[in-house]
Amino acid sequence: MTWINSIMQGVLLGGLFAMSAVGLSLAFGVLRVVNLAHGDLMTLAAYLSYITMKYSGMSTWYSLLIVVPGMAILGYIVQRVLLQKALKMGELAPLMVTFGIAIIIPNSLMQIFSSNVQQLPVGALATSSIQLNNQISLGTFPILTLLMSVVLIAAIQQYLARTKMGRYMRAAADDSEVLRLMGVDHRKVYGYAMGIAFATLALAGILFGMRQGGVSPFDGQITVLFAFETVIIGGLGSLWGTLLGGIVLGVAQTIAGQISPEIPLLVGNLVFLAVLAFRPNGLMGKQALK
Amino acid sequence: MSNVTLPHVERFRRKAAIGATFAVILFSLLALAPFALDQSITTDWVKLFYLISLASMWNLLAGYAGMVSVGQQAFIGLGAYGVFVFNDMGYSAYLSGLMASLVVAVIAFPLSFLAFRLRGGYFAIGTWVIAETIRLIVIRFSSLGYGKGRNISNYTADPTLRNNYTYWMALAVLVFALAASFTLLRTRMGLALQSIRDNEVAATSVGVNVNRVKRIVYVLAATGTAGAGAVICVQGIGIASPGEIFGVSYSAFMIFMVLIGGLGTIEGPVIGALVYFMMDKYFSQQGLWYLVALGLMAIFVTLFFPKGIWGEINARWKVSLFPVGYQVFDRKDVKKLGSKSNKEE
Repeated sequence: MTWINSIMQGVLLGGLFAMSAVGLSLAFGVLRVVNLAHGDLMTLAAYLSYITMKYSGMSTWYSLLIVVPGMAILGYIVQRVLLQKALKMGELAPLMVTFGIAIIIPNSLMQIFSSNVQQLPVGALATSSIQLNNQISLGTFPILTLLMSVVLIAAIQQYLARTKMGRYMRAAADDSEVLRLMGVDHRKVYGYAMGIAFATLALAGILFGMRQGGVSPFDGQITVLFAFETVIIGGLGSLWGTLLGGIVLGVAQTIAGQISPEIPLLVGNLVFLAVLAFRPNGLMGKQALK
Repeated sequence: MSNVTLPHVERFRRKAAIGATFAVILFSLLALAPFALDQSITTDWVKLFYLISLASMWNLLAGYAGMVSVGQQAFIGLGAYGVFVFNDMGYSAYLSGLMASLVVAVIAFPLSFLAFRLRGGYFAIGTWVIAETIRLIVIRFSSLGYGKGRNISNYTADPTLRNNYTYWMALAVLVFALAASFTLLRTRMGLALQSIRDNEVAATSVGVNVNRVKRIVYVLAATGTAGAGAVICVQGIGIASPGEIFGVSYSAFMIFMVLIGGLGTIEGPVIGALVYFMMDKYFSQQGLWYLVALGLMAIFVTLFFPKGIWGEINARWKVSLFPVGYQVFDRKDVKKLGSKSNKEE
């Protein structure tokens, strides 16, 4: 029964991984940029939430309403000001720029807030749970994050399928030159895509911090790896695959944690490497990696 | 003879020959430095040497083969930990470093098959995952001190001798890194590499075995990087923490040095390492703001001076200390060059 319990906990954790991976997947799909600062931006969002909470007294949940849109605007600006120029310079430049950001964020946070964990309280939900039987109980907060993740992925799917900007994004993913020939300002499309990516990673970053009980400056160096592993395990170019990838990674980690508390990260990485070795296109990947 | 005057192609001009002679003299003098200079200076230089080695090896990957890795710390760490393994078997710390580097070459070969499943940015994060995985495996061994780091058990007791040996070891790794880059790039493979960097598909179409060439570079870079890692371990007579030696900040430093100096040139990483070395010496007391400044500079240089310091110099004055490219001259220029070059025609 403990195994079933850890599998279910793993599925719930996987929802969070999937949520953190959506932005990485979207940015790569539309802009062909792999954002090396993805994890650190999640950490930044969590700190912004902490600051909002501290100075306004609102709960972590309400801070989402301020930080998530704020990060979306930041994403649009970063794309238009920094990445757009780098994109024109070839493949290396965007990587270098995002890696530069990945160095700036955690070290600045460390200098300003020290290495202490900053609390991100969940509130009343923290202790509430749903009792399935006398051995399995699922926390309400993890269930909520999984649901949010599913809703988020469904919403982005619908956005890409049904709205004008969503169609532009898919067109940009296929061939951005043709998109430009059709008279669409591709820079704006890229900016919107990055805005959405930043909004989703902000949401994931804050929820991840809440789950861990708080956030510390170098958390991003681990979360970026989780997000990346999720994308690759699930398969590039498939958002539902990303959800599956998150669940596989989450279950692998919780089962490993059941065996020994020291090995979840190692086992998670090994699962990722195994997928890479035996199913390089991921579990639900549609296209070869490029 | 036709009337069309063909351009004359050269790759080793007299200026460059002077450069090569100068390099041989320079390295001979550097080898003698411990006899002439104060120990505090040579200790500093050990750091400079391994920084140049690290930067050159990273440049070989990214600047010539187009593989941006943020996981080279895997090989720094393995090189460093390899010193413990062989040292415990009874070999001297310096010989252990050499053996560790060779073992890393053997390890890097199968790893390349995993890493090469990914391209571009995903390759970058993939190498990072590999580095993390290796760290997580290493810290499970009690003989390697778990997650706490450890000291070298048998090291040279005499501090002066130890300092000299460490210095020569660092110099040897440096010479390996530079000589490997230079000779590799002057062979046919150098051309193949640059064609891969510029366009993989086009390189394949003209008959370059892309994966084979990339694999050779990957293994070579891992070997040199491990050598530098071994130097770091030997100089510190051990490792303070696995998190540091396997830390992604090493990748940050490598990227910074290569970008500042000039990506895709042999001279660039040397200059970049010098710049970083000076910054580290005078500003590292500023705490982490100094790393923030490195990050800002990396972004600034990428966007506004993508050629780096050496690239800018090269573009302006056409100098090259380590000539690996071909230069095309008009006939008129050839005459000015004198009789020596005409004989080669």
